[in-house]
Amino acid sequence: MYDVIVIGAGVSGAAAARELSRYKARICVIEKEEDVCCGTSKANSAIVHAGYDAAPGSLKAKLNVRGNQMMGELAKDLDFLFKRNGSLVICTAEEDLSALQELYERGQINGVKDLRILSREETLTMEPNVTDCVCAALYAPTAGIICPFELNIALAENAYTNGVEFRFDTEVEKIVKSEEGYELHTNKGIFRTKYVVNAAGVYADELHNMVSEKKIRIMPRRGDYCLLDKAAGSHVERTVFALPGKFGKGILVTPTVHGNLLVGPTAIDVEDKEGINTSREGLEQVMEKAGLNVKNLPMRQVITSFAGLRAHEEQGDFLIGEAEDAKGFIDCAGIESPGIASCPAIGEMVAQIIRDRMGLEEKDNFISTRKGIRRPADLSKEERNELIGKEPAYGSIVCRCEMITEGEIIDAVRRPLGAKSLDGIKRRTRAGMGRCQSGFCSPRVMEILARERDMSMFDITKSGGKSQIVVGINKDAL
Amino acid sequence: MKQYDIVIIGGGPAGLAAAVSAKKNGIDRILILERDKELGGILNQCIHNGFGLHTFQEELTGPEYADRFIEQVKELDIAYKLNTMVMDISREKVVTAMNREDGLFDVQAKAVILAMGCRERARGALNIPGFRPAGIYSAGTAQRLVNMEGYMPGREVVILGSGDIGLIMARRMTLEGAKVKVVAELMPYSGGLKRNIVQCLDDYGIPLKLSHTVIDIKGKERVEGITLAEVDKGGKPVPGTEEFYSCDTLLLSVGLIPENEISEKIGVEMNRATSGPKVNESLETNIKGVFACGNVLHVHDLVDFVSEEAAAAGKNAASYVKKEHPEERNGREIRLNPENGVRYTVPVTINTARMDDELTVRFRVDGVYKNCYVSAYFDGERVLHRRRQVVAPGEMEEMKLTREQLLQYPDLETITVKVEEE
Amino acid sequence: MEEKNLTCINCPIGCSLTVEMEGEQVIKVSGNTCKRGEIYARKEVTNPTRIVTSTVKVVNGQSDMVSVKTKEDIPKGKIFDCVRALKNVQVEAPVRIGDVIVKNIADTGVDVVVTKNVEVSRKNT
Repeated sequence: MYDVIVIGAGVSGAAAARELSRYKARICVIEKEEDVCCGTSKANSAIVHAGYDAAPGSLKAKLNVRGNQMMGELAKDLDFLFKRNGSLVICTAEEDLSALQELYERGQINGVKDLRILSREETLTMEPNVTDCVCAALYAPTAGIICPFELNIALAENAYTNGVEFRFDTEVEKIVKSEEGYELHTNKGIFRTKYVVNAAGVYADELHNMVSEKKIRIMPRRGDYCLLDKAAGSHVERTVFALPGKFGKGILVTPTVHGNLLVGPTAIDVEDKEGINTSREGLEQVMEKAGLNVKNLPMRQVITSFAGLRAHEEQGDFLIGEAEDAKGFIDCAGIESPGIASCPAIGEMVAQIIRDRMGLEEKDNFISTRKGIRRPADLSKEERNELIGKEPAYGSIVCRCEMITEGEIIDAVRRPLGAKSLDGIKRRTRAGMGRCQSGFCSPRVMEILARERDMSMFDITKSGGKSQIVVGINKDAL
Repeated sequence: MKQYDIVIIGGGPAGLAAAVSAKKNGIDRILILERDKELGGILNQCIHNGFGLHTFQEELTGPEYADRFIEQVKELDIAYKLNTMVMDISREKVVTAMNREDGLFDVQAKAVILAMGCRERARGALNIPGFRPAGIYSAGTAQRLVNMEGYMPGREVVILGSGDIGLIMARRMTLEGAKVKVVAELMPYSGGLKRNIVQCLDDYGIPLKLSHTVIDIKGKERVEGITLAEVDKGGKPVPGTEEFYSCDTLLLSVGLIPENEISEKIGVEMNRATSGPKVNESLETNIKGVFACGNVLHVHDLVDFVSEEAAAAGKNAASYVKKEHPEERNGREIRLNPENGVRYTVPVTINTARMDDELTVRFRVDGVYKNCYVSAYFDGERVLHRRRQVVAPGEMEEMKLTREQLLQYPDLETITVKVEEE
Repeated sequence: MEEKNLTCINCPIGCSLTVEMEGEQVIKVSGNTCKRGEIYARKEVTNPTRIVTSTVKVVNGQSDMVSVKTKEDIPKGKIFDCVRALKNVQVEAPVRIGDVIVKNIADTGVDVVVTKNVEVSRKNT
């Protein structure tokens, strides 16, 4: 019997698990995919929003501002990259100035610090590649960028270090109310728990509706993105948003924390909760609209495109708290933008609800810090040579685009909750994420993974399940 | 810091030929830095035949062709380091490299030859919509898996792009027991050699669909099928022409891109048309003493021409090290101007004082032209005018210029190379 | 009389060749723009042959596979017999370029030879 089972190992589930691991409790995270960060958390804009967008008084507003404030400290504790690069909302028409002003005022009410409205000249001086049509911009210096994989992996690893169990490839099929709590029927057997945290992303409605009569509905809203080569990474320094208008938030242009340029997303409501397929129309829209706020975008330099699903709940706000008619079932649903920014605060809120309901006691041996994968590229030459002297694998470059060494890949596999697939390695080390998109390194990475995990090459997958890379040997079908 | 006369970045066909040539031209202190575990570069995975007809007058496979040069490198006692990645080059020609044994180390070169080759364009560059499952490989990745490691990446294959690697892989996959259903090509003509279309596709009844592209990829975990559609002249899919192919594998052979990240770091000026450095008649970049050859300079279709070009680069680098033309180094330069159907030329400038008696200018055309002329204008005057039955983007063209000929035009500023109807 | 259409592969022009045949006899080749086209066409319609390249497994080698080829061209119709005959062939390292690994493959009279040197794996020395 667990005290708490968290369903879903995305950023919300991992943040909740990590916060809960401060307390004396038996906690397990159940994830239907083979790794953490496989759903909504893996494909989004990776923006730590400042917090002026959401309606005052909403959970989105409150948790975004709080999450943004927490992120700096968390990034230090858990050793992941976070950069407060600031954001600009671009206004291109005089008649929209009032809307920009409104956004500024909303930010004030929400408690966003240091917001400023910039003139056309100030904007262009700050960000010369913003469109010449700009007439004013809202500048939010507290906005930032992050790597969502790193954030998610760091939270999960730290939770694991603090005693949280993780079960992957485990899908909840049915939830039965029991005397002490809930029985979760999964493809890997029955799990019993006193409390459930429903952090299942686009599936959170299905789980909620298994135990509650107050139905909720999550509409997956797809966003298509294009990622550009690092050569284009300094095209803008800040995250550039369009003024939210009748067509939604529009297409943003932002550097990523690793130095690429990201352009997107679209917003298309879809039925399929696994529907992360990009569409021609979507990608064309990204290409077309990105140019509205940023000029001279080098779209020739796209290295990959992808789509993610936002877990949009009908009511429009985050839905966090105990289900009214299902005691002990804590929803953490409808986590769409600004979910990444809010996740530290979401985790805190969920943990506090459960702590108060269960009367949990704090541990005295909670480990609040975690070391990420060592990045030789950040070391001095002497430090690097010392490292290679001790571990020669750090002298061998496997991914030549991102300059990732064999040592880093081995670390990614061996560390807690280590990588089991090519995508797992990619998310942890960036091997395969560069301009050749794993063309050169994938056979090498497969070899290392097979050796480290003592697996057959035929069991190596791109991302678990039936995503095998090789299917046989030469001539076996002749 | 160890000192070398010439450091060569890359031990593939270009680097090997450059090294051999530099050595034969009197340079002793040469170092080849190769990132893979063996010399030979991409030739090691090109196990098909057809290499060497120009260089050795016989038909060799890729590994055999590479071996001819590797043997020479060994006989000539040229130093090389394997499993060694070049991390950086400074403008002062300090090359920083790394491997397991030496760690991060610097060597000082008098001249550097860039011979890093190229990489394949990935799916992202084409913005192919759909899911992102396993089963999508660049043709070169599949070639490595099959030819060097003996693994089949899939059973039922669709190939997008009719570049030579794609065509070669259509045959290889077929001969190893896979079913290749179709090769689709976006352009109205193939990007590969005619010989490869006949011997890799026609021989095995594999259809080639020109003016077609992939408009959707189905399958969430592993590819389950792809949808092809015909494209109009602007490259847009034509509604109603969609055709679904069930398959577990999509191979992409959609172009090669010279790998010039290191070149750009040291400030080498690039040619947008080739994605390679701009070079003069000596294959020297804007940075004195930094030379380029092979696919890092511009993508070739025949390795024989890579070897020929690289030998020239090796010889010119040797000449630079020996300071054979000190006074002419900054002499007057004739500009080469590609126009009217010609996409680029290599080189982009010629200094008659430094050039050999004969110089090969290589270029590519931007479309298929039949019954045309390839012409060179020396300023206003048409000097070369060669009739061609057909020229195509898939086949590199060349033109020979002699020193004697150029010296007859002492005020010559620009040579324009173009395709003409008459 | 029978007509066969071919594409010449000798050069980039890729002439469309038409071969008129009377049974096994070539009567006329047209469409070619040079002599080599005619030679190619005559061979291609009467006795088309190809060099076949493939891979076989290596035991105790620095790599697990080695590339091979038919030493000369073999009849086109024998290509699949040739690769099938290579299916279970294994060689022991070291092997050198030119080493014969299968004699008279698929009764073509042609040997299959190694096209790459493979040294003995360091693990085994």
